[in-house]
Amino acid sequence: QVSAALKEGRVTPTELCQRCLSLIKSTKFLNAYITVAEEAALKQAEESEKRYRGGQLLGVLDGIPIAVKDNFNTAGIETTCASNMLKGYVPPYNATVVQKLLDRGAVLLGKTNLDEFAMGSGSTDGVFGPVRNPWSYSGQYKEKSVPKSHSEDKESNWVITGGSSGGSAAAVSSFTCFAALGSDTGGSTRNPAAHCGVVGLKPTYGLISRHGLIPLVNSMDVPGILTRCVDDAAVVLGSLAGHDPKDSTTIQDNFKPFELPSLTDVSKLSIGIPKEYHAPGLSSEILALWSKAADLFKNAGARVIEVSLPHTRYSIVCYHVLCTAEVASNMARFDGLEYGHRSDMNKSTESMYAATRREGFNDVVRGRILSGNYFLLKQNYENYFIKAQKVRRLIANDFVKAFESGVDVLLTPTTLSDAVPYMEFIKEDNRTRSTQDDILTQAANMAGLPAINVPTALSERGLPVGLQFIGRSFQEKQLLTVAKWFEKQVKFPVIQLEEVKRHDPAVFQHQKSASFS
Amino acid sequence: VVARSCAGVWRRAWQRGGGCPAPRRQQAVACNARGGAVPAGKSGLAPWVPVVGLEIHAQISSNSKLFSGSQVQFAAPPNPLVSFFDASLPGTLPVINRRCVEAAVMTGLALNCSINKKSLFDRKHYFYADLPAGYQITQQRVPIAVNGSLSYSLCIDNKMSQMVTKTVRIKQIQLEQDSGKSLHDDTRSQTLVDLNRAGVGLMEVVMEPDMCCGEEAAAAVRELQLILQTLGSSQAVMAEGQLRVDANVSVHHPGEPYGVRTEVKNINSVRFLAKAVDYEIQRQIEELENGGTILNETRAFDSKLGCTVPMRDKEGKQDYRFMPEPNLPPLILYDAKSLPANMNHQQVVNIDWIRERLPDLPSVKRAKLVEQYGILPEHSFTLLNEDGLTEFFENVVKETQMKPKKVIGWILNDLLSYLKQHSLTVKESPVSSFLLADLLNLLEKKEISSTAAKQVLAELWKGEGKSPLEIVKEKELELIQDQKELEQICQAVIDGQKNE
Repeated sequence: QVSAALKEGRVTPTELCQRCLSLIKSTKFLNAYITVAEEAALKQAEESEKRYRGGQLLGVLDGIPIAVKDNFNTAGIETTCASNMLKGYVPPYNATVVQKLLDRGAVLLGKTNLDEFAMGSGSTDGVFGPVRNPWSYSGQYKEKSVPKSHSEDKESNWVITGGSSGGSAAAVSSFTCFAALGSDTGGSTRNPAAHCGVVGLKPTYGLISRHGLIPLVNSMDVPGILTRCVDDAAVVLGSLAGHDPKDSTTIQDNFKPFELPSLTDVSKLSIGIPKEYHAPGLSSEILALWSKAADLFKNAGARVIEVSLPHTRYSIVCYHVLCTAEVASNMARFDGLEYGHRSDMNKSTESMYAATRREGFNDVVRGRILSGNYFLLKQNYENYFIKAQKVRRLIANDFVKAFESGVDVLLTPTTLSDAVPYMEFIKEDNRTRSTQDDILTQAANMAGLPAINVPTALSERGLPVGLQFIGRSFQEKQLLTVAKWFEKQVKFPVIQLEEVKRHDPAVFQHQKSASFS
Repeated sequence: VVARSCAGVWRRAWQRGGGCPAPRRQQAVACNARGGAVPAGKSGLAPWVPVVGLEIHAQISSNSKLFSGSQVQFAAPPNPLVSFFDASLPGTLPVINRRCVEAAVMTGLALNCSINKKSLFDRKHYFYADLPAGYQITQQRVPIAVNGSLSYSLCIDNKMSQMVTKTVRIKQIQLEQDSGKSLHDDTRSQTLVDLNRAGVGLMEVVMEPDMCCGEEAAAAVRELQLILQTLGSSQAVMAEGQLRVDANVSVHHPGEPYGVRTEVKNINSVRFLAKAVDYEIQRQIEELENGGTILNETRAFDSKLGCTVPMRDKEGKQDYRFMPEPNLPPLILYDAKSLPANMNHQQVVNIDWIRERLPDLPSVKRAKLVEQYGILPEHSFTLLNEDGLTEFFENVVKETQMKPKKVIGWILNDLLSYLKQHSLTVKESPVSSFLLADLLNLLEKKEISSTAAKQVLAELWKGEGKSPLEIVKEKELELIQDQKELEQICQAVIDGQKNE
């Protein structure tokens, strides 16, 4: 819709950019952005405006403000991964996905906050502090909150965004941008999408280039897409997907961007409900919502059947071994020699390395490096790494079998509960939290499958809850078509944020979330 | 190369002294032609069987590096040939260089290996200043080529005429990244790192411990050098670091299990290789005969002192924590049978296509020279051993009526010894093949004697631009053709004799 508005001249790219920038300023307390590239963004907006005037658009995304998670390399713009190790690091190149967006005229507003090096499920463990879920300040949440005594700071009640792409999710959710890039290794895009009430798409591994995405687990990472509606996600996907010669793990096949059909008839659809996703700790609320969704499909004529993915419960343990092993390897390059933080310790190369890495990494990162190196030791490799690879194969095969049995798309919850308050979240350590929170999202990364979170309803506490659809490899079109139909049925409400209302009352005239398609 | 080898004896040839034992008599340690156990000499001790294996790293001759697009160039000023990937900037990914793969396939085929149609890449982790990523990408699980062999020749009994061919098994060839270079500046307590070399493609050629002395090792490496240079897959110049050899050495008594081996590094020439291996064998024998033990350690060859010394920074065995390289899918190669119909040969590496285009290997070239020109096998070795000499020889043969069998003598004895004396390469020779051919023609036509020819040649070396004919005329070296004149001279000599 905003794209149409731009075309019709109802709003100019510069105005749009300025509005977003000022909204970013007024929502600063969310801590969603690490870096705001104000000057560069306005310049890009100006260029876009020239193109609109001359009728020479670069595409649908021309002039659209976007945000990018701070683990994507952006030339000339500080890229920190929310870590001391890369504070002040200004890359000399753009990640392929960033370049693609810029080539299509998108306006890069800034870099969003995350858990350090994308390790975490709360966006609370970064060096710039935690990200606050915009819904903490929404009318809906405030309504449902138990009224506290006046002396209590209402600020302490805020809830987390989920992670690790919390900044991106918050940015999209609070209307400061129209789309954001996240990354997804164990659920890092879908989890915060669910908690922030936005669409979070994890594409098939190998569809979108990882060149320039600072890796967590090379064999599972994908760039993630966060938007306010499914159609928008499809548009962004269309701009990003396709072979990149700089990334040897992208598939060679030609990718054709698609427009999502508006399904009216779901009778030919077969939805699978994996019973193992009824995981321990799943809130009764979400369970009920999941059930309701299944019924929705059934009543509309789709075939809804229970399937089994028997190795689901091993995926977290398996993920821990493989993830930490890759982390240990990927982080080996951070030695302070060529770039990034370098300790003042200079007694010897080794002591400099050790001090640099101790100073540069937080506990979470260091913990994973130590574990990973342990698993990679010669005497442990067979029992841990190799075994985990085998279990990974079993997990992937579970999905293959499920899809072979005739199911088109799987429907599962995305998270175990709605967003918890920050004060409660930090009572447990990062590893415990990740273990708990990744359980519903992790297996899709193991298998490399596409998955999407669609905001479904508000919980009793007035916070978003989403449901997840998992599709077949490279069948994003089918996945998104189903997701779009579902989105239309559930009519998820727009967030009632003071700041947004102040900036753009027009936004609330639409029933759906504002979108740019 | 023709290495001199003799049915010699292992002896303890030096005194024990402090520090690095410098041998009193630099005995060329050798083993007999059959490479087996050597009987003990006068010392009367049990015989020793030396076992030598080699790990050779050959820099691939290519325009760009193994996984990145930056240039490969020797002796460039520090650090301009470094791409983002080479510097390990976060977020960069490896992309394999096709030319490097082809080089490895060519080399594998030339060494009679089986080429693995599917090979894998791994990460080998260790921390060092010249390894920016903290790991090297190599092929530990499944390398690109396995189970080959290399034949090389040695001469026995110090006679060039008796040559024996030996074979060493090639365990595998793997592709891997080179590291950067560290220069230690002790005065300022700092290390300078040059990353130009980081990421250059290497072929690691592993030779099984089938060799038994320095000469064999040197001969094998020399032959490998020639093969690589013929293929063009590596320029293989040891002095420029394009070929690096590490030797694995151990000794044992016949019938007993292999001894503990040491690894010898820092060998900068083929000659030093022979020296280093022989020294190490002797050192181990001496150590063991004195009741000591051999440590499984890495030692550096000190070329000035001619001995091996333990390398300082070894603190226990390293665990490299090998892990599959997740950013590189398995390397798939095709042959004529497996090549899918619609694939453009530009997009894939076809083993059979490469095999068909392999140039003649040195052994084939030598055989052809022997057959075509009737020269001796050992002559063909010398011809190939010297860069450009074969071409020179063939050019001379083309331009002269003199038989190749005679030409070869002039090439190997006169030309080559002159070049060696003045440390010149064939390309730098002041005497061109045309000049030499002219000279030999004069000789062949019996216009001058061979003694005169040698004199003319000596003049030609001065490079003053005169032709052989001009020099002959200048120095009046023509053979006298006139019968009468000859008779007069002879008579004069006889008369002179009579008078004494």
